[in-house]
Amino acid sequence: MTAQRFKPGDRVRVRPEEKPGHVRTPGYVRGKEGRVESVLGEFRNPESLAYGDPGLPERPLYKVSFRQEDLWEGYPGPAYDTLYVDIYEHWLEPAREETP
Amino acid sequence: MSDDDHERHDGVGPGAEAGHYARRIRAMEELLIERGVLTKEDVRRQIEYMEARTPANGARLVARAWVDPEFKARLLSDTKAAAMELGIDASGPVEFVVVENTPEVHNLIVCTLCSCYPRAILGRPPDWYKSFNYRSRAVKEPRAVMCEFGFEPPDNVEVVVHDSTADMRYMVLPMRPPGTESLGEEELAELVTRDSLIGVTVPREPARSS
Repeated sequence: MTAQRFKPGDRVRVRPEEKPGHVRTPGYVRGKEGRVESVLGEFRNPESLAYGDPGLPERPLYKVSFRQEDLWEGYPGPAYDTLYVDIYEHWLEPAREETP
Repeated sequence: MSDDDHERHDGVGPGAEAGHYARRIRAMEELLIERGVLTKEDVRRQIEYMEARTPANGARLVARAWVDPEFKARLLSDTKAAAMELGIDASGPVEFVVVENTPEVHNLIVCTLCSCYPRAILGRPPDWYKSFNYRSRAVKEPRAVMCEFGFEPPDNVEVVVHDSTADMRYMVLPMRPPGTESLGEEELAELVTRDSLIGVTVPREPARSS
């Protein structure tokens, strides 16, 4: 077990990186801010696992929630609609500032 | 491998020309067998495994959860163990998460990156689930997508979209339809459609007796 960097309730930002290969962080959340809802456990890293590597050490995986309004300009629905994405820890950093 | 076997997992009918991807998959399969990575028996067993899984498994889990609150709690907290109670073996490396619809929240499942789906319980996903259209629009305009499936969540209900990007596989526990108080578990299960387990719609309502 590695120490987990984030806990439920933390505001996080998805790293805005471009990275080739078997990346499981969807492009539409990169650079966006959300909130850690839960820690889902630790899993092998798909970015190396997909290429015959053991994918170790295991990476903490978080369920992160985003407000749809923060993801899509002009989102056609109520402000409280949300989207959850499961994101590995190395794609997350603390949010730049507290969002109200 | 016989032609019959190939037809079963290519989805190619008799006399039809196999498509590009089907031919590529077949070539890879033959190479894997030739190199001894897989055996024909492994391939056959995996096809049987997948074909033995259908949305009826999900419907049974949901119907049991509707009639048994303690089972529902177990289904939400440890899906694999709850499934095993009904003889549904969902053991394997991926984790299952059941998300519950309530009067306040409606859940919708998508995999924008490929076609992750709770296959060990429900079998193969429908073709539309794998389409670029669904995968791109379910995250961006989920209410419009549901509307096309004939379901319109009320404006005061929060729509929560789950993009299954990693090691978790999601299934929706829909709400029990009104007017089903007198129905038994098997009748309830008949109301639970595959699409309601993905969340693009809700279960059928029972036919009104005249």
